[in-house]
Amino acid sequence: PPTLPKFLWCLSCLSPASVPQFTNSPTLIVMVGLPARGKTYISKKLTRYLNWIGVPTKVFNLGQYRREVQSYKSFEFFRPDNEEAMQIRKACASNALKDVVIYFSKEHGQVAVFDATNTTRERRVSIVSFAKEKGYKVFFVESICDDPDIIAQNIADVKVSSPDYLNCDKEEALADFLKRIECYKQTYVPLDDEKDRRLSYIKIFNVGSRYLVNCVRDHIQSRIVYYLMNIHVTPRSIYLSRHGESNMNLLGRIGGDSGLSPRGHKYATALGTFIKSQHIKDLKVWTSHMKRTIQTAEHLGIPYEQWKALNEIDAGVCEEMTYEEIQDNHPEEFALRDQDKYRYRYPKGESYEDLVHRLEPVIMELERQENVLVVCHQAVMRCLLAYLLDKTSDELPYLKCPLHTALKLTPVAYGCKVEHVFLNIEAVNTHRERPGNVDVSRDPEEALKTIPDHF
Amino acid sequence: PHACTVDSYGLSCFSPASVPQLTNSPTLIVMVGLPARGKTYISKKLSRYLNWIGVPTKVFNLGQYRREAVQSYKNFEFFRPDNEEAMQIRRACATNALEDVVIYFSKEHGQVAVFDATNTTRERRISIVSFSKEKGYKVFFVESICDDPNIIAQNITEVKVSSPDYVNCDKDEAQADFLKRIECYKQTYVPLDDEKDRHLSYIKIFNVGSRYLVNRVQDHIQSRIVYYLMNIHVTPRSIFLSRHGESELNLLGRIGGDSGLSPRGHKYATALGGFIKGQHIKDLKVWTSHMKRTIQTAEHLGIPYEQWKALNEIDAGVCEELTYEDIQENHPEEFALRDQDKYRYRYPKGESYEDLVHRLEPVIMELERQENVLVVCHQAVMRCLLAYLLDKTADELPYLKCPLHTVLKLTPVAYGCRVEHICLNIEAVNTHRERPGNVDITRNPEEALKTIPDHF
Repeated sequence: PPTLPKFLWCLSCLSPASVPQFTNSPTLIVMVGLPARGKTYISKKLTRYLNWIGVPTKVFNLGQYRREVQSYKSFEFFRPDNEEAMQIRKACASNALKDVVIYFSKEHGQVAVFDATNTTRERRVSIVSFAKEKGYKVFFVESICDDPDIIAQNIADVKVSSPDYLNCDKEEALADFLKRIECYKQTYVPLDDEKDRRLSYIKIFNVGSRYLVNCVRDHIQSRIVYYLMNIHVTPRSIYLSRHGESNMNLLGRIGGDSGLSPRGHKYATALGTFIKSQHIKDLKVWTSHMKRTIQTAEHLGIPYEQWKALNEIDAGVCEEMTYEEIQDNHPEEFALRDQDKYRYRYPKGESYEDLVHRLEPVIMELERQENVLVVCHQAVMRCLLAYLLDKTSDELPYLKCPLHTALKLTPVAYGCKVEHVFLNIEAVNTHRERPGNVDVSRDPEEALKTIPDHF
Repeated sequence: PHACTVDSYGLSCFSPASVPQLTNSPTLIVMVGLPARGKTYISKKLSRYLNWIGVPTKVFNLGQYRREAVQSYKNFEFFRPDNEEAMQIRRACATNALEDVVIYFSKEHGQVAVFDATNTTRERRISIVSFSKEKGYKVFFVESICDDPNIIAQNITEVKVSSPDYVNCDKDEAQADFLKRIECYKQTYVPLDDEKDRHLSYIKIFNVGSRYLVNRVQDHIQSRIVYYLMNIHVTPRSIFLSRHGESELNLLGRIGGDSGLSPRGHKYATALGGFIKGQHIKDLKVWTSHMKRTIQTAEHLGIPYEQWKALNEIDAGVCEELTYEDIQENHPEEFALRDQDKYRYRYPKGESYEDLVHRLEPVIMELERQENVLVVCHQAVMRCLLAYLLDKTADELPYLKCPLHTVLKLTPVAYGCRVEHICLNIEAVNTHRERPGNVDITRNPEEALKTIPDHF
């Protein structure tokens, strides 16, 4: 029987004998706003979040469609009286929407983000009819900003380095881009309180000081609104680190709740020193409920908050076993895990997919906060990193998160800058690569080929 | 130094050994709006939610203070803006209410206070903001704006004509007087202003939620409040709660596990299906956990159902699949500790009721968004959901009676929920264990096992 896409923490599957009462209509998110109002920033961030929580989402950026058919000369392309350009731009929009149809109908997409200015009523009306005809839900996200400093910052951050301005110097690019904005301003009609009262939308004013939310129709729109209302653009850094090496790590055992090894304590001290040297303003420190993260945080000399949600993945019947013991006692499970490490759930335990679901509130709070150090565990850190660096669920369970290495993530432009800081305290390796043979019929040697050394 | 425990969505509580670096300033939620705009409904519902998720919250309803000060209500003239004498009384009541807020925050460990009054003038709101600033409280306004005469008429009928103010009036008299009362307020009502109030933190709710204006959300709790308010609705509907049918482990008096239904359990599931059909419920959603016994129960309904991992029974850790006798024998100290604080006690390698509430929060949020829903779940889970819906405390919660083979039908009405218990007349074991008299770890086995229910 067909399964509906997994959704947040609610797993829908239709029992064989039943006929769906409803279908999950795909959602078309339509960005609205003048250039340099953060539409692409929001589109990419929102898409990253939705994909991470398991809702297949894709951005359709009209600028890219336009760049494919036309090499950019100057702002004159965007003059409202430039008939030839208008034709091209309309054709691009059409192509983008055609690709949306393919994404929904053939690629199992659930949400499409149409990243374009969509500043005229005419354009928006045509999108709404298109969506109605196809049975898609529409949700508008309008970004309104009249703060010249924010706009100047945006232009400096992402516009002057855009492919459109490859051969221009910064001042030329800036001047041209400002004229471009003026072209759009002439015909910009924001979503209207009265005329658009039946549309579903959120208006974001000045990077989030204020929001207007109209006619939220379903769960996904409600989650999108909640997410958009929690993100901010204040500069800050997120530090991720595992606990210091634990006694179980030394023995090559997974899970459990052991304390730090001597080297682990050394790392914790080194981490404290590193943090101090960073002179971080108002740093929040988060740990799990497990001894090894708490002991690590204790060395920092800063108050820390314990989150049960940051506890390591529960390995169920495999808790506290070595990989050799898992192969010995549960060879089939061991192989099944290698086949689909993201979705595989330890008997009486969890999967990475479960982990993502329980980490969602942590991610939401991480978005709200500014400078944060998260002291956590290997699988947990992989999930957080996958969110922050937009890794797929296939990559996620194999992300390298070695002990005794702090990651400093700093949002920049549309993504995140990562700095790996190895604090020079030796530790065992706990990273097990996917072995060549994942078949349940494989030999023990093949299964154990990639396990890291231990005492 | 240090430790501050945070639940899964970021609400802090301090462990005994730590000195807080930051103090969680209390939050004063200030309702704004004309009478019959749902302020008390929102106040009570929001309080119920916040208390359930572990944020101590209390409503301070100005009408109650006024009723205490002015023993009997005569008519709308009390609310005329030119009634000086009444104005004095009303101001004094507001002052008393805010004094009680101070006591609630400083002496009763309150975290959020909801000031349920019209607060329709700028003057009143300015004075509240200064008061809060002086005390170090954060302020968040919730304004309810409604111009739909049908909604207002409905509100008046549901909660106003039966208010203590109108105890000796007939319905039409009460209605007429109340409408004149609203007119008194309208004369001086100034809504929160886009420009002038741009530095305040608030949410404006238009017409029961078709539209929201959110300004300057300051922190996590305000963000959660906004999210909650944007998910609730007033469309009439019913929530049906039922446990799975009797399971094989239930018969043996064993807790937890993942067993299938007993023959009587299957009978119940069929009966449940019959009952549900008989109710002719529009667009019923059915939710189960990931465990066999709820899924097998739902299978008999012949309706599509959704499985939620979050609805799984409380994890009893090392006590999984044990009988109470086994637990007493193998973990007598744990058994006693649980009886001492059943809500917060966490089974070794398992969960507490408190943990359960945290993982059920997304279920509650989605329950609020939905309309007609049947939740097929488990004893501890059902106790948590019921405590939310019926505003039970953390002390009451773990002892709520949720017997097998009984459906609860909850229908929101006025400010609360009407509950109908429907026993479907299929025998089942009792799984309810009352708190025994002796909860000391030194107690005898007999004292520990005094209240366990019978089993095979």
